[in-house]
Amino acid sequence: MPGGVHILILQCCVLSLLTTAVAAIPFGRRPVGTALIYGASAVISAIGCATATIALFANQSEALQLPLGLPWIGANFRLDALSSLFLVIVNLGATGASVYAMGHGRDEHAPQRVLPFFAAFLAGMNLVVLSDDAFTFLLSWEFMSLTSWALVMAHHRQSDTAHAGYVYLLMASFGTFALLLAYGVLAGAAGNYGFEAMRMQHPAAITSAVVLVLVLIGAGSKAGLVPLHVWLPLAHPAAPSHVSALMSGVMTKVAIYAFIRIVFDLLGPPLWWWGIVVLALGGITSLMGVLYALFENDIKRVLAYSTIENIGFIFVGLGLALAFRADHFESAAVLALTAALFHAFNHSIFKSLLFFGSGAVLSATGERNMDKLGGLIHRMPLTAFACLAGCIAIAALPPSNGFASEWLTFQAVLLSPELPQWGLKLLVPAVGALLALSVALAAACFVRVFGITFLGRARTPAAADAHETDGYSLFVMLSLATTCLIAGIVPGFFIDAIAPVVQGIFAHHMPHQSAVAWLSIVPITKDRSSYNGLLIFLFLAVSAGLSACVLRLLSSNRVRRVPIWDGGFPDPTPLMQYSAESFAQPIRRIFGTLLFRAREHIDMPSPGDMRPARLDVKLVDVIWDTIYAPLARAVSLITKRLNILQFLTIRRYLSLVFSALVVLLLVVAIWR
Amino acid sequence: MALAVDFAVQGGQMLLVIVLAPFLTGILQKMKARLLRRQGPSVLQHYRDLLKLMRKDVVLAENASWLFRAVPYVIFAATWVAAALIPTFATGLLFSWTADLIAIVALLGTARFFLALAGMDVGTSFGGIGSSREVMIASLAEPAMIMIVFSLALLAGSTQLSTIAQFMVSPAVGLRVSLGLAFIALTMVGLAENARIPVDNPATHLELTMVHEAMVLEYSGRHLALIELAASLKLLLYFSLIACIFLPWGTAPPHAQWQAYGIGLAAYAAKIALGAIVLAVFETATAKMRVFRVPTFLGAALMLGLLGALLLFVSRGL
Repeated sequence: MPGGVHILILQCCVLSLLTTAVAAIPFGRRPVGTALIYGASAVISAIGCATATIALFANQSEALQLPLGLPWIGANFRLDALSSLFLVIVNLGATGASVYAMGHGRDEHAPQRVLPFFAAFLAGMNLVVLSDDAFTFLLSWEFMSLTSWALVMAHHRQSDTAHAGYVYLLMASFGTFALLLAYGVLAGAAGNYGFEAMRMQHPAAITSAVVLVLVLIGAGSKAGLVPLHVWLPLAHPAAPSHVSALMSGVMTKVAIYAFIRIVFDLLGPPLWWWGIVVLALGGITSLMGVLYALFENDIKRVLAYSTIENIGFIFVGLGLALAFRADHFESAAVLALTAALFHAFNHSIFKSLLFFGSGAVLSATGERNMDKLGGLIHRMPLTAFACLAGCIAIAALPPSNGFASEWLTFQAVLLSPELPQWGLKLLVPAVGALLALSVALAAACFVRVFGITFLGRARTPAAADAHETDGYSLFVMLSLATTCLIAGIVPGFFIDAIAPVVQGIFAHHMPHQSAVAWLSIVPITKDRSSYNGLLIFLFLAVSAGLSACVLRLLSSNRVRRVPIWDGGFPDPTPLMQYSAESFAQPIRRIFGTLLFRAREHIDMPSPGDMRPARLDVKLVDVIWDTIYAPLARAVSLITKRLNILQFLTIRRYLSLVFSALVVLLLVVAIWR
Repeated sequence: MALAVDFAVQGGQMLLVIVLAPFLTGILQKMKARLLRRQGPSVLQHYRDLLKLMRKDVVLAENASWLFRAVPYVIFAATWVAAALIPTFATGLLFSWTADLIAIVALLGTARFFLALAGMDVGTSFGGIGSSREVMIASLAEPAMIMIVFSLALLAGSTQLSTIAQFMVSPAVGLRVSLGLAFIALTMVGLAENARIPVDNPATHLELTMVHEAMVLEYSGRHLALIELAASLKLLLYFSLIACIFLPWGTAPPHAQWQAYGIGLAAYAAKIALGAIVLAVFETATAKMRVFRVPTFLGAALMLGLLGALLLFVSRGL
């Protein structure tokens, strides 16, 4: 149905966001500007989210052509189930971030640097998901990248921001360049830049391989696939917290969307080895991401690294889907893709929640280093509660939504022995082990994050004097925590909502889940596997309540408050508590010595010497040192060599131009 | 009528595990003492300890938060729910479909997550050391457990524990290398998860070696009673899990006659007794290992589990 009503509403939302962005330029410096602009963004995003949800359930394809862009194609937009789902993710995250920013953004000292780009960034993400031809897509993609870059640079006076912005800009340009080439190859010699035309032609095996690699580079660098992730832990934390939440929770999902759109939709039927590439990358990304997170002390960088882990998880699901699809195991492919999409949705929720929490901590204490926090559960009880829910979800513990999607992914892994190719047979269990390892390490990581930040005793006066954050922020965090719980206890409804998307891609979908008795989820058959989050939640609640009641009846109910016992030897200072560094030490010894070349050096003063003993830990970022540092050195070497060209006389310039011309003419002559 | 029987079996199972758990701990203590030629405490000592703890006041650190007070209930609930879903004397559990083996492992993960948080709540270095080591152990034990689940699930074609148990008594099982590997790995994981020798020593409070005891050092009164009960319950859970998968004989099938349930109960008691004897002898004969050798131990379990799963993946196409 061309020109449907949903896509019109969504386009109006984009247009109003762009208008808001323009209006933010004059309003940005005024005190009312913050509330006004974020309020407008929240309302528009909420409308967008509602429209996208309705469109997802209506499940029709709507197209719209605007007379913009290249004259012979115009700007094409399309709303189908896949884009509806991702528009829900984008606009849900955007609504949350906008409402949160109505409170959190008041502390911003230079709002004029944030407000216009914030609204424009939201519009950019919507446009990427809506676009239906390569030109519009790339333009929106670059618009999204540049506006987010501007947001990263908002606090440009902080020491690391310039570096972060520089690396981000380089990687984003590189990624867009790869996507540009990918679309170029897809469009072929005829230059069919519309997605519809690309879908029609079936590229040769070698062509599609090139496209796959280019898309993995282009979308993968935006999503944070190892080894293209280096910009992500620098750029995401540098932005204001609500923007960090958007970049980590939502923009990475737009990258996932780009991958799915091109590889699953435009590229035609997959070959079996695509699965191997994507699975291996996903597994490595997942483990490396969580290990980086475990060895990091800056709370926002921990969250950014954990995004890399979750992206790896999603890519494993997508890789499985590709492998199953190539071998025509339809029900397994459908399960894997559903798991990946469900995890993408879940991750956008709990990662936004945790970034909002870290923003609340940051504005309450001025600290991002966990080793300077502690005991915030007393000062910020509601923030702590919401963050605890987020940590449970991201650690994939039942009955949270993180567990539901992880469970589905494992179920998909368990279907893969049927795959005929040996490469897949050997790789899939290894990737399953990597996933299991990274899930367990993620739990360790978030025990560390929550325990060091919110529990224990305050390590600095800043943490001791913290105060609870504002009402807007709390409202958003608690709503997201509730969403985590709901998606965890009734995952069937969410899986059913994803079904039209999977139907659109694979022409099959998972069995209808919400009709199963007691709201269980049953991916294949009932005697194979089933999980019921609702009952698990009820059982947990009833058992905990029952034990509390029994104890109330039978036991002494007195509680005496006394000083800390600690085995009779209480630590004199809060600094003697376990720190983030020391908490990770055992895991660093196991995994860090090999993968990060972690070395510990103890400097013990001789007896009588009064200086303090020191323990120095050195970690090497192997990926940066082996890939990026040599690359940077090579570039700077070449530029240094070429630098002499800058200081030539006019005669030499002229002779250079002349010889270049002669060489080119010779080449042309020989070519003919 | 069938539903009533199902309810009775499920309810009986829930009660059985909770009543039996302290008894198992008591028997283990007694047997270990006898092996050392000591008289040892009575087998009922653990019940008395729990009652004593319940009657005592809770002595709470000044800066303990609400989380510290809520955690014992969460740990107990998660462990109890997990234990209630593992077939002991009968397989046809009414609610076995609510959580498969992956979910049961994850439920235990939830309990551990909260216990590790509780260790850090008061802000002592003991609590920190316990939590830090606990998550280190878990970060290897949990993937090993998932790999074991993979092996079993690939063999039985299901992650549902009742289906796996039924498959294990059927003649389709045969002798499998993967099962052997999974059994060894599961035993290793069970030792680590329950803080037994050689990974941790349940009887000691020596600060350099303790893990579980360090986390619960600040607990007292009814909170401690719940945590202790949950720990016993977890030990029984692993016993039942190993029995249900690797010694599946005698377990009553779904909708069986009364005699079958009787046989099931007797068989279950025999299996638990056998396990307790083996564990007591093993613990008496083994020394605790250094904490930084634990990763090697658990790494071996993980590799065994992975090898078992890999063998099954590869052999499927032959």
